[in-house]
Amino acid sequence: MISQTQSPIIEIAARGLAPVIQLLGIYVFFHGHYGPGGGFQGGVLLAAGVLLLRLGIGASHSQAQVTSKSTVALCALGAFIFAGTGLVAILWGGDFMDYAYLPVQWLEAADLRYYGILFVEIGITIAVMTGLIAIYDDLLGIGNAGNN
Amino acid sequence: MPWEIEFLLFIILIVSAVISLILKNLLAAVVTLTIYSFTVALIMISLGAVDVGFTEAVVGAGVVGIFFVVAIFKTTRKSYD
Repeated sequence: MISQTQSPIIEIAARGLAPVIQLLGIYVFFHGHYGPGGGFQGGVLLAAGVLLLRLGIGASHSQAQVTSKSTVALCALGAFIFAGTGLVAILWGGDFMDYAYLPVQWLEAADLRYYGILFVEIGITIAVMTGLIAIYDDLLGIGNAGNN
Repeated sequence: MPWEIEFLLFIILIVSAVISLILKNLLAAVVTLTIYSFTVALIMISLGAVDVGFTEAVVGAGVVGIFFVVAIFKTTRKSYD
């Protein structure tokens, strides 16, 4: 659908804005412990940066950050991290997603909950980001071949 | 939050929603719907739900707009009705 744009303004603006949006997304993801934000919003912001590149400079030129082949696999990996952390807590004697039972011996329960939530948020971020990019690629028909 | 600002936000909300329903140009309707979504986010933040408002601003005003534009480019430009 969208070939590489002829306008240098759109291309330069997209290439300049996308890293700023993604940096804001990473900040929102790590700030989710202390205030508003978290994995979902950070993942959507990271996906918005990639989608801006997909729109601005064309699908074939924006494969460098996230390739169209790997989106669905990364989405499944994120969901696996999310659910697998909870299931590990079940296997070691706790409830589902009771991070105090994670098998890390040198951390106390409070620290274990802290880093367990961070680990789950990493899974949510990967799943949301690559899921939205996969939706965009499927809408445009940018298939597994990676051509536009 | 003073009530005048919230009143102004609600007026922008209703006007942008009605305009996005009236417009025949689908691309302009998507832009107006983005204004609507961002105003919803501002109202939610003014009511104290910062997390909900943040999610609404990111998803409704960012990604959904892109998806609507892509869906419109897959169809013909104008609506004939």
